[in-house]
Amino acid sequence: MPTAMEIYKLLPKKNCGECKFPTCLAFAMQLANQKVALEACPYVSPEAKAALEESGAPPIRLMTFGTGDMAVKVGDETQLFRHDKTFYNPTVIGLIADDSSGSQGIKDGVALVKSLSFERVGQNIRVNSIAIRHSTGDPKEFLEGVKHASSEGLPMVLMTEDPGLMGETSVAWPKRPLLYRATPANFDAMIEVAKRSSCPLVIGGAATLDELSQLSERAKKAGVTDLVLEPVQGTCAQLLESMTVVRRAAVKKHFRPLGYPTISVLGSSDLDKGRATIGVAKYSSIVLMDELSRGFVFPLMVLRQNIFTDPQVPIQVKPGLYKVGEPNEKSPVMFTTNFSLTYFTVRADIEKSKMPAWLLVIDTEGQSVMTAFAAGKLTPESVTEAIEKEKVKDVSKRNEIVIPGMVSRMSGKLNELSGMKVIVGSRESSGIPKMIKSFSG
Amino acid sequence: MGFEGAKESFSGRIKEVVIGATDEHGGSRSRRLTVGGSNGLPFHSFESEMPHKPLIAMDIVDTLRMVSDTQLKSMGDVVKDPVEWAKRCEKEWGADICVLKLQSANPEEENRSVEECESLFKEVLKAVSLPLFVYGCGFEEKDAKLMEAISNAGKGERLFIGLAEEKAYKSLTAAAMANGHGLVAFSNLDINLAKQINILLMDFGMKPENILMDPLMAPLGMGLEYSYSVIERLRIGALMGDPVLQMPMICDCSCAWTVPEVLEEDDGKGTQVERGVNWEVITAEAALMAGAALVITRHPESVKHIRATIDDLYGGV
Repeated sequence: MPTAMEIYKLLPKKNCGECKFPTCLAFAMQLANQKVALEACPYVSPEAKAALEESGAPPIRLMTFGTGDMAVKVGDETQLFRHDKTFYNPTVIGLIADDSSGSQGIKDGVALVKSLSFERVGQNIRVNSIAIRHSTGDPKEFLEGVKHASSEGLPMVLMTEDPGLMGETSVAWPKRPLLYRATPANFDAMIEVAKRSSCPLVIGGAATLDELSQLSERAKKAGVTDLVLEPVQGTCAQLLESMTVVRRAAVKKHFRPLGYPTISVLGSSDLDKGRATIGVAKYSSIVLMDELSRGFVFPLMVLRQNIFTDPQVPIQVKPGLYKVGEPNEKSPVMFTTNFSLTYFTVRADIEKSKMPAWLLVIDTEGQSVMTAFAAGKLTPESVTEAIEKEKVKDVSKRNEIVIPGMVSRMSGKLNELSGMKVIVGSRESSGIPKMIKSFSG
Repeated sequence: MGFEGAKESFSGRIKEVVIGATDEHGGSRSRRLTVGGSNGLPFHSFESEMPHKPLIAMDIVDTLRMVSDTQLKSMGDVVKDPVEWAKRCEKEWGADICVLKLQSANPEEENRSVEECESLFKEVLKAVSLPLFVYGCGFEEKDAKLMEAISNAGKGERLFIGLAEEKAYKSLTAAAMANGHGLVAFSNLDINLAKQINILLMDFGMKPENILMDPLMAPLGMGLEYSYSVIERLRIGALMGDPVLQMPMICDCSCAWTVPEVLEEDDGKGTQVERGVNWEVITAEAALMAGAALVITRHPESVKHIRATIDDLYGGV
């Protein structure tokens, strides 16, 4: 964002007050803080407006492809390290289906992508996209495959460097596919296709980032700004270097020609799996692979979920009464908070004891036991409320509840409010197995 | 004017730490390894020096209690015998280092005696020529005696002993210092705690070049993002010039095999072994991208994948 002084220089300096601020400088300060919109000024010149919009634009352009509920967003990142704020738009993971596998192969690919969708800690994680690649030279299977994929609603990447075929395809199935790709060899014709179809376009095939940035400038001059960059990335080292340099140039230097989302097109080897992992952690906006085995892509999606978690907002699990093992009415009841890390740790430690138990998870807005206790979110009242809501006294007849040792101070009040006997548990989760074994009698 | 990416440089540098001793240096190991030494972000060789490739250690646990059924099935009966297990790590699985975890000393479980553990250590020392790390069972009193015995039995080998924690470091540090071994300094997912334990160790007389930091690697799906960011921040802090953070980091990624999502059967997410290996590999690769100089892994397949990625990241050697 430009500073208030930079904005002020571009304003009419009339101090007319029609924007509801007494002076243009005051208005500029509000603009710099993004508290008001430039439209509030009736006298701003079109040139100033264009200049301000340009300098106020995010360092990496936000781009969407696909349509409807399944559409995906990429770009709009502002950081190099997630701990500095957060990463916003998770890497799009997609499968490449090649038309050499026939239209049936493409259908199988689409079906596989659709099946790779899971619920995990209250979020849906899935493979987001299908890329259809033309390699046979005979467009029949390609068009057939695109038609099928398009009807399934997945965001598509159309992969052909033949502008004629690309033009025909993107017009026939206009669901805002991503077009892959313009290279120095087909540049002007492919730009034309992107312009005509209003589809986003990958530009690649440049030997250096300098050449890539010149290509993106040419595209912009021709009126195509929904771009995705594919820098050189043959090895893991090149991938990391290219993606880091592009991200830095965009975020730190506001270098517009590289201020676009990025793509990594990978194969199916073991090294490609390593590259996909690096891409998710280090700045690839889109990762496409020739093959997605279930045992790899699931952990890869978990990595993406982890890396793109907002560090200021902890992942939460749903509050409620959970079974660990197959508890019955004689099994002990324990409680903890709904911070996912706390929940998983406690759960794993109960499982270690190999004894079934009930685990009551209290809604603390994702805070850990001590933090929630200090913030007044884990209280005798909130625990009692959860006990009643989940009918704990019906599922376990012990009429006992185990309290985390760290918050034993609230035992008395909890006993009074809930009417249950309160047993002070271990201070650390790691002490749970030993403690829980003492209930076995 | 052409575009050229800005090179970033830092004033700080990760310290070099030597692991293991060959006969030339008073030990009997076949190699003497060095980690650390970089003055840039991980694998940023386009703008900084990275004199040593990150290493891959494999752990050996002396009780089946800590080995999941999936591992037992996929790694075979060899995991029932720590000595054979260690040999396999060296001869077939391509480990750089063996980490012997003496979990059976746990007084609340097997409670194996110091003498028994010591003799196991001696056997492993004889059976393999790789540099060794030895971790105790985590019970301070027991580990104090155990590590003293290990330190003496491994005199001259430049072992690394672990885990030194804020509340229990003196006896371990004394044991390491007595025979010139190194120490793994553990802290619980917190930059200030990582710094604190290093300060305590140095105040006690430990030299920084004898310390590796273990900032706790939480496995994928179980808080990996916390570890990832703590490690990145530790690395940046070290490069900015904080001498107390410049010890190379070690990340134990074998924890990936304890994650419930790895242990459950669910064909929609691949076989347990494939999922488990990838879980461990991705955990380790995230640790390496963030700044680890050394990762500990459990499964031989993981070692292959991680090694290939390290080589390709390092410049395809």
